[in-house]
Amino acid sequence: MNLLQTVLTRILYAVLLLIAVLVLNFSLMHLAPGDVADTISQSMGGADAEVLADIRADYGLDKPFLVQLATYIGKVAQFDLGHSFFYNTSVTGLIMQKLPATLLLVITAQVLALVVGVILGVYSARHPNGISSHFVTFLALFGYSAPVFWTGILLLIGFSLHIQWFPVAGMRDVTIEGGFWVHFIDVVRHLVLPVITLSSIFLALYSRLCRATMMEVLGSDYVRTAKAKGLTTREIVYKHALKNSLSPVVTLAGLQFSAVISGAVLVETVFGWPGLGTLAFQSIIARDTPTILGILFFSALVVIVGNLLTDLALRLIDPRVGSKG
Amino acid sequence: MKHVLKGLVAATAMASVLATSGFAADEPKRGGTLITVLGSNVRNLNSAVQSGIVTGFPGAQLFASPLRYDEDWTPQPYLAKSWSVSEDGLKVTLNLVEGATFHDGHPITSSDVKFSVKVIQENHPFKAMFAPVESVDTPDEHTAVLNLSQPHPALMLAMSGQLMSIIPEHIYGDGQNPKSHPRNNVDVVGSGPFKLVEFKNGEHVILERYDGFFMEGRPYLDKIVMRIIVDPSARAIALENGEVHISAFESQPQIINRLKKVDSLTVTSEGYGAIGPLDWLAMNAGSDGPTGNVKVRQAIAYAVDKNFIHNAIMQGTVTDAKTGIHPDSPFYEPDVEAYELDLDKANALLDEAGFAKGDDGMRFGLTIDFGWPSAKPHVEYVKAALKKVGINVTVRASADFPTWAKRMGTMDFDLSWDAVFNWGDPVIGVHRTYVSSNIGKGVWSNTQGYSNARVDELLEMAGKENDPEKRKALYSEFQKIVAAEVPIYFANTLPYHTVYSDKVGNPPLGIWATSSPIDLMYLKD
Repeated sequence: MNLLQTVLTRILYAVLLLIAVLVLNFSLMHLAPGDVADTISQSMGGADAEVLADIRADYGLDKPFLVQLATYIGKVAQFDLGHSFFYNTSVTGLIMQKLPATLLLVITAQVLALVVGVILGVYSARHPNGISSHFVTFLALFGYSAPVFWTGILLLIGFSLHIQWFPVAGMRDVTIEGGFWVHFIDVVRHLVLPVITLSSIFLALYSRLCRATMMEVLGSDYVRTAKAKGLTTREIVYKHALKNSLSPVVTLAGLQFSAVISGAVLVETVFGWPGLGTLAFQSIIARDTPTILGILFFSALVVIVGNLLTDLALRLIDPRVGSKG
Repeated sequence: MKHVLKGLVAATAMASVLATSGFAADEPKRGGTLITVLGSNVRNLNSAVQSGIVTGFPGAQLFASPLRYDEDWTPQPYLAKSWSVSEDGLKVTLNLVEGATFHDGHPITSSDVKFSVKVIQENHPFKAMFAPVESVDTPDEHTAVLNLSQPHPALMLAMSGQLMSIIPEHIYGDGQNPKSHPRNNVDVVGSGPFKLVEFKNGEHVILERYDGFFMEGRPYLDKIVMRIIVDPSARAIALENGEVHISAFESQPQIINRLKKVDSLTVTSEGYGAIGPLDWLAMNAGSDGPTGNVKVRQAIAYAVDKNFIHNAIMQGTVTDAKTGIHPDSPFYEPDVEAYELDLDKANALLDEAGFAKGDDGMRFGLTIDFGWPSAKPHVEYVKAALKKVGINVTVRASADFPTWAKRMGTMDFDLSWDAVFNWGDPVIGVHRTYVSSNIGKGVWSNTQGYSNARVDELLEMAGKENDPEKRKALYSEFQKIVAAEVPIYFANTLPYHTVYSDKVGNPPLGIWATSSPIDLMYLKD
């Protein structure tokens, strides 16, 4: 299959998948008892019965289910994700406002986890029985098994309260003034703890996987050949072995992309990071159907694009992938 | 001995008076940026159409109301420099401050008051506030006369805090739906001490001093940054490390008690009287099941140990509340049946009600619901407590708030943990829970299915009684009846606390907490 075909098939699948995601979620949201009128009234400390009826009428919630579904799908087909019930603003606008923050967090965390994971993996594969290798294993498993919100709070107590290196919440300090670099450094300072928290889960996966494949590769024939022809260990590890042990890691990273987004929900909530995760969490709590569906739509999109990029990356690392035969 | 004690009390009172006056001698300072927090995302900044404590904080800074209240529940002039109520109680005249302007420089006139009343009547969730207002006359630019169909004492509190925001007619009167008006969150033109700089959904609300504010020399602060931090642990850390100056409505006992130990912070439960948040166990009094029987409900009340709830679950952060009116309210009646723990009495009542113990020691089963995670310990405790008197309680968790709200609204429950706010006058937030005409009208209506003709009559009378003493007597009888018939077992006030740093002067400790203007708040050097 050539590249174009791959991409086109992927897009077709993606569209079908997106429709399924929307219909399924819309129905599930509808099946649950109660609706957004209840949460709006909760946010207002209670409301009279006629106000509740008004709210339902305003958002068409009093219409039959199929009519609501058809209206919604019809709108999405015209690239209109609708209006948020809870925030009274366009869902697309809301998501576009939050998407950059989430991408910044998720991509930084993913890259950090990959780079550090691979370095640790290679290191511990080369010294499988050393004390430091065991330490890496311990650290990785600890990061993987500790709940994200717990790790987050722990880091906050350590580095925001006791040693006041990093700010507690948010993405920027609105009170500081200065040029681009002042703000850049400010965002980086806010980014450090959430990124460490989010990448801690994936670090374990990547480093363990890299370690395992690396050890396997290091024991293979061509590595022995390379050694026999007199290459240095450094050359063998980084020029020959690493390339071959990397493709499972990259595949995994692509698959994990969705998990990174779901992980972001918790991390963003703990750190008050103004991204899609926080919005998703709040919309689910508020039963804000259009916003939830909009976010699912976008996350599905991000995952699909992420997977596509993974495929392309694999082709680069290993030209055999995707070639005929 | 008693005399000595009295003397001591007097001495302490003196000392605190001295301390307070010493404190007051601290001259308020102009300027500075206050950093504060909102505990959840804001839906709408226009407090004329959106109620709730999260909108209340920015709302009361952006928009002024005709009156404001001091800590003793006495109305004070605000946008109305004076007011009067006619002899028959059917006309309330407001004399507006002259020269007051909206944030865009337009004068605030009586026709804006008339317009605001109309918008609130049509869109605000609390219909009871202005229901008797039939029309508003505007004899001149600075006089607004509210014509009532019956005397309406609740109007006074309804004209304060976040409940009667005066909004500009020239902005919101353009025919668009005020509930979803584009200017509710962007380019807001308000009447209050602070104007909007920026509202970023999920991030922050930034306000700035309005130089043309109608009260000379106020507000003191130059800027207010309200950061939206949803996680209570993160908020606590931000308070501890000084990133945030003040936070209101903190409600986690563990966090409150931890912050109390921090030297640089003051933690107080003062200032929530008019918000009036109450925590209670609702019982389905209209049910055909056991809870429909008043003796069963009384037995349940006797079997639950309040001390355990106050000290073990809430860790001493709450105040006792014996009735549906907040203990800080002038209408609170403390002299009602208190239901001290008495298992013998509970068992006897259940026997009398005809529910004898079976062979396994159990009498019957009930379900108990709860709408939010922090109420889980309460329902687990009720389950354990009622087992002792032979009631087998099953805890029903709800997936989320709407699921629970649906069960409550349709009265599909036996017992449920619930929290309801008074919202100022009893007419606004108390009547709704007890009048028989409001049974099963959604969450926080009369979801208990409680019906008592005398209670209906008392509340009807109290709602239009302008004489405070007579009104108090009516509410007193009402509270005694409800306590005796226990459609609700009143546990305590919600543990709302305001936490503020040493730097904060004049924190909002009046009756409306942060749902009131903070034009007097300042930052010390």
